[in-house]
Amino acid sequence: MTTATLETLPIPDLGDPDPGGRKLCIICSKGSLDMAYPGLILANAALGEGIETHIFFTFWGFDIISKKTMDHLKFTPVGNPATHMSPMLMGLPGMTSFATHMMKQQIEGIEVPPVGEFLEMISDAGGHLWGCRMSADMQHLEIDDLYDRVEGIISAADFIDLSEGAQTIFV
Amino acid sequence: MSDVMVSGREIHVNEEGFMTDPTQWDEEIAKVLASNIGIELTDAHWAAIEFAREDQAAEGVTPTLRRMAQAGGVSTKEMFALFPKKPAKKLAYVSGLPKPVGCV
Repeated sequence: MTTATLETLPIPDLGDPDPGGRKLCIICSKGSLDMAYPGLILANAALGEGIETHIFFTFWGFDIISKKTMDHLKFTPVGNPATHMSPMLMGLPGMTSFATHMMKQQIEGIEVPPVGEFLEMISDAGGHLWGCRMSADMQHLEIDDLYDRVEGIISAADFIDLSEGAQTIFV
Repeated sequence: MSDVMVSGREIHVNEEGFMTDPTQWDEEIAKVLASNIGIELTDAHWAAIEFAREDQAAEGVTPTLRRMAQAGGVSTKEMFALFPKKPAKKLAYVSGLPKPVGCV
């Protein structure tokens, strides 16, 4: 243990994360409940560290920002060994609803918000949400069909431009 | 851990500079800590600090951004305005609390 004065008080590094501007792009490509959260949690954590953050929702990940599906994402235990339950039981009728209900309860139990509220929190923290053009075309959806904080529907090439110099994570 | 003289009082801080004993904190120390990270404390800051300290005392953990919005009535947008870039950590630092450990 050492004694210092105010002048030598260690000051935590709470300034700009990187003078060059650290930037994170997360590609959310899957729309099941269990695969929606990793990207959202990482984005939220990055924003809390002052890092410019973009999320690109593509393919099944489009369901996370589509108004008609975002509050109804499902978790299926079929073929998922992480459930630690008998594979024979996983395919029984009603198992997906049951497993989804259980997972939502667990998520709520640790005070993690549901998907819609999570997106709002990310947007409030300055995060950028983008929809994928091809996914929109495949599902015949337009910007009005998406969660209202989504900034735009962009092409794969637009995303490549956007992610220049960024660390990119594919989920 | 180090002992540091702040405002004429000795306080315990860890290697990063976060206080390790919330009971050693007072408003004078908060002003010094805030100025260390370039923040001038307003009434809105004090309200957030007051909730964070009460919540940490009650729950045993430093509130996260989500907790501040849900239970503390300080929205995420406001937290970023009051404590730019790294709001949860900055609030914890100024409030004399450990860094928040929650993911969300």
